[in-house]
Amino acid sequence: MDGKPRLQLRGVTKRFPGVLANDNVSLVVRPGEIHALLGENGAGKSTLVKMIYGVLHPDSGDILWDGEPTPIDNPRSARKLGIGMVFQHFSLFEALTVLENIALGVDAKIPQNLLEAEIRRVLDLYGLKLDPRRIVSTLSVGERQRIEIVRALLLNPKLLIMDEPTSVLTPQEVEQLFETLRKLSAQGCSILYISHKLHEIIALCETATILRAGRFVAECDPRRETSRSMAELMIGGNLKEISRTPGRAFGAEKFATRALSLPKIGDFGMALKEVSFSVRAGEILGVAGVAGNGQNELMEALSGEVASPDQMILLEGKTIGRLGPTQRRALGLSAVPEERNGHAAVADLTLALNGALTARRRMGFVTGGLLSLSLARAYAGKVISTFTVKALGPHSTAGSLSGGNLQKFIMGREILQEPSAIAVSQPTWGVDAGAAAAIRQALVDLAARGCAILVISQDLDELLELCDSLVVINLGSLSRVMKVGEASIEEIGLLMGGVHGDPQATVEMTEALQHAH
Amino acid sequence: MSLTLVIAAFLTIVNLSTPILLAATGELVVEKSGVLNLGVEGMMLSGAIAGFAVTFLCADPELADKLPWLAAAAPWLGVIAAAAAGALSSLLFGFMVLTLGANQVASGLALVIFGTGISSLIGTAFVGVAITPFDSVFPESLAAHPIGRLAFGYSPLVYFAFLMVAAAGWFLNRTRAGLVLRAVGENDLSAHSIGYSVIGVRYLSVMFGGAMAGIAGAYFSMVITPLWAERMTAGRGWIALALVVFSGWRAGRLLGGAYFFGVFMWLELFAKANGFATILPPELVKIFSFLPSQFWASMPYLMAVIVLAVMSARGRGGAEAPACLGKPFIPDA
Amino acid sequence: MRIRLEKRREPSRLMQALSPIGAVAATMIVGAIIFQAIGYDGPDAVKDIFFTPVLASYKWQDVAAKAAPLILIALGLTLGNQAKVWNIGAEGQYILGALGGAGAAILTQDMQGWWIVPLMIVCGMAAGALWAAPVAWLRNRFGVNEILSSLMLVYVATQLLNYLVTGPWKDPHGQNFPQTAPFTASQRLPAALFGQPFPPGLYIAFALALVFWLVMARTEYGLGVRVVGEAPRAARYAGYRASDAVWSTLLISGAMAGLAGVLEATTQSGQLNLGFPSGYGFTAIIVSFLGRLHPMGIALAGVVLAISYVGGQVAQTTVHVPSATAGIFQAMMLFFILASDVLVRRRLRIEWGAGQTKAARA
Repeated sequence: MDGKPRLQLRGVTKRFPGVLANDNVSLVVRPGEIHALLGENGAGKSTLVKMIYGVLHPDSGDILWDGEPTPIDNPRSARKLGIGMVFQHFSLFEALTVLENIALGVDAKIPQNLLEAEIRRVLDLYGLKLDPRRIVSTLSVGERQRIEIVRALLLNPKLLIMDEPTSVLTPQEVEQLFETLRKLSAQGCSILYISHKLHEIIALCETATILRAGRFVAECDPRRETSRSMAELMIGGNLKEISRTPGRAFGAEKFATRALSLPKIGDFGMALKEVSFSVRAGEILGVAGVAGNGQNELMEALSGEVASPDQMILLEGKTIGRLGPTQRRALGLSAVPEERNGHAAVADLTLALNGALTARRRMGFVTGGLLSLSLARAYAGKVISTFTVKALGPHSTAGSLSGGNLQKFIMGREILQEPSAIAVSQPTWGVDAGAAAAIRQALVDLAARGCAILVISQDLDELLELCDSLVVINLGSLSRVMKVGEASIEEIGLLMGGVHGDPQATVEMTEALQHAH
Repeated sequence: MSLTLVIAAFLTIVNLSTPILLAATGELVVEKSGVLNLGVEGMMLSGAIAGFAVTFLCADPELADKLPWLAAAAPWLGVIAAAAAGALSSLLFGFMVLTLGANQVASGLALVIFGTGISSLIGTAFVGVAITPFDSVFPESLAAHPIGRLAFGYSPLVYFAFLMVAAAGWFLNRTRAGLVLRAVGENDLSAHSIGYSVIGVRYLSVMFGGAMAGIAGAYFSMVITPLWAERMTAGRGWIALALVVFSGWRAGRLLGGAYFFGVFMWLELFAKANGFATILPPELVKIFSFLPSQFWASMPYLMAVIVLAVMSARGRGGAEAPACLGKPFIPDA
Repeated sequence: MRIRLEKRREPSRLMQALSPIGAVAATMIVGAIIFQAIGYDGPDAVKDIFFTPVLASYKWQDVAAKAAPLILIALGLTLGNQAKVWNIGAEGQYILGALGGAGAAILTQDMQGWWIVPLMIVCGMAAGALWAAPVAWLRNRFGVNEILSSLMLVYVATQLLNYLVTGPWKDPHGQNFPQTAPFTASQRLPAALFGQPFPPGLYIAFALALVFWLVMARTEYGLGVRVVGEAPRAARYAGYRASDAVWSTLLISGAMAGLAGVLEATTQSGQLNLGFPSGYGFTAIIVSFLGRLHPMGIALAGVVLAISYVGGQVAQTTVHVPSATAGIFQAMMLFFILASDVLVRRRLRIEWGAGQTKAARA
């Protein structure tokens, strides 16, 4: 590892209105090195790599490529230098074919048939499976990521940037990806690997640069660190652990589904197949699984946004399947969907009105069709103070809050209604560690007050920390229930669809595992 | 039904459907790039008056003495002026929705009101004058031949319309630039993040749509009736918008769709000229004459609604439409 | 130099209040320049269009007569715009409203009584709502774009009016003119009330503006309409059904346009003829935006647009601008209000010089 670094950033600063996204950040990536860029959500990782890829431009500071100061005007010039990028939110075009998608990312004008041959060569070289003629919307998440990777690899990159590549993959797919990355690194390609998953970084990377609140904190060798030490560098303090009363007993069944089956909606939906679970008072049940396996459909069925046959959903013994969201809330069933903006909250509405979205009937803001704004404001104020939401007040719009604060507000809005059961999807997605800890603690406390809680999450670590029991959702069906203490990561991984990309094999595997127990 | 009648009907249908075909071809490209420009009617009117005015002024007898070539080229200069006027007015829309990120629906409507007003304003100077229409591009023996008319008897703009539909189809599906344009309309954020200029692509397509709408408008004032009349496009711009939906955003289907509407526009004229009496047995004529002419006049619009319903039902709520259609795009920095 | 739009964290309330005023001011300035450039007396045209109708009290009746339908229609449209249901076919519903009223008038031709006008109004509102109903049904049932379907029905409505006044509803004593029989005294409303030069429609419009404000700002339904428009998924999650919002906003806006139409017929024209369609249905869209989708703003904006109509006629006779002038000014107002709307959410930043580093070039 001698000679000039492949990429060096010196004192890079980027400011957005009201936010200093990167403050004087420096970074060195050597040829062939797998370099981790580590930090919490909102620490400025994405902004930094967007500047390296030319999507954004630094307000000040230098980018050096092979030792030379090199302005990167746009992604095209980045690609010309040999920088490839795999985005966290894939930059793919659903209605186009794999081939067209890749062609769009290749600047040279190559005839389609030659490009296709080239794609097949790269696929073979790295042992990846992908059909260039398929329309992207029909592909699984893992396959979509492969398109991005192939698109980057076709350029013979000298630096490959991977932005949170594993958040949508099963543990087995992650291992496959790591092998590809190690092969690349052995051939001299540098890799800038962005993640907040510490065990992955320890397994893969040689160097890690840690960012916190937009600033450079440390460079370290992850192989010599522990998850804990890096986490503390990342959040800049000690990790708070969830406190809970040991040896709790659960009450009677409060919230359950009985063979809940729903047909798929639209071309890209997932059908629910005989989903049955049962959550007791005080219990937290986790639903693990790779995105797109029916989580959203399950959530919408539970919240009442999609109606089901009446007997398939039960709340405190009552059948509620055909009730709408408002009626279910009146009975005490709350729900928090995954997407904050535009689903759980409306960016342009004030917090007072956002509170009224779900609390208006249960908290009595509505009399004879009239909506009491003063009651709505008072309630929003109470949520803000109880959950230490950083906001100017009930008159602030939801859009002015940071992701973590908005999520705290949304959770608080539901929790202060004292629901008897609640279904929550991705409660801490894209939320900083402090807010995440507060949200998890609030859920544990709610359970302690006798609420039955269902948590859907793709973050297995979160589920293991938070839940009493666990099921895995795959292709619209649930696995058997496991006690958290007894579940093996290996088995959960397989249940999540370890043989991804081959639905039939996954079904067989799931069935085999189910029968084994 | 006599052969001459069929031929006359065919010629009329082609004539009436050409402007909506022209405008819809432009709008298809605009919508493929993810922009919904509802201002077609306004751009058509701008084109109609610009085309008429320039043709009239260039053919001015005094000028013609000095510059005979100018008079000869007058209709062509008119078409170019119409395209320029359409593109220029579309730029107004483009600035609103692309640079400022304003609401596309409202901006499109503003463009309709603006085009209507500005064309009336300029048009006051041209009321009651006539222009000489295009000469046929084919020799008289072909263009006026009783059968040959079917292939050769049209305004040059008709052939231009065919050419442009084919060109638009080829461009969108067979060229790299067309692929980029579709990509921009499908996912603007992705196109931006891999380095394409979303706004730039959209400006170009909006201007193309404007130019095509301008030429479509000129077809009214220079071919259908070589006279200027206020609001002479009579809502056909909106039919063109419906035609894009009808085509399922496919250039190949624009042609058939345009003739489908053309048939209903022809029926209006046919009924007005009491045409049913000439071809139908008397007992059937009774039924048809029971339907007032206003019924036939509203048919193209009613059919547009029905067609929209059928297409939307089939497309399950616009699954065929470009994914970013009508959504504003503003990059973060 | 480089112009950039930066997102504000909170929409600016100051800009919200200032933008309509700015839009009208900008329209005056740019309009004066344009008309000067094409050979008219620009400043005089602007003066006549925007100020003469206000300063000359004998024009107030004209202004009020035009403001009433504009405000009524715009109130209905605004409810739809809040839900992002774009009814741009109000002109057709306006025509149907007048037809509904005229139909009732024909049935009550030989009768007398206070109940006749209310009956006509109810028929007019029902007819307007009926004309919007297929738009709602098609949108909910098949997902048909309401912009195109509502607009197509304007042309159908015009043909229907044309058919009725030249055919079955033609005045038998009208010397074959395409018009209905004049309404009788029992079928008419006075053009001025309470000794003021304002027609009943204007009082109704202001009263309904208050009602609409209450509904939009202070009811569960009003919140639902807004949420459906802003975030359809959030609406579903909050227990609001988008299809309900589509039905209710279209029927209400249809009924409001119908009300405007029937009031116009019974107060102003006193009969129907081919010249009845006036374009109010389209101008009301401008009123809705210029009023910032707020009922009180709409009441004001309706008056401003009415002034521009009346002023346009004044300017025709004084500075000899063509009749299309008012339309151009109205379109400019819409462009400017839409453009300045951007400043509510974004801040315009003009940077002088080439930026600090080479990399800052974009």
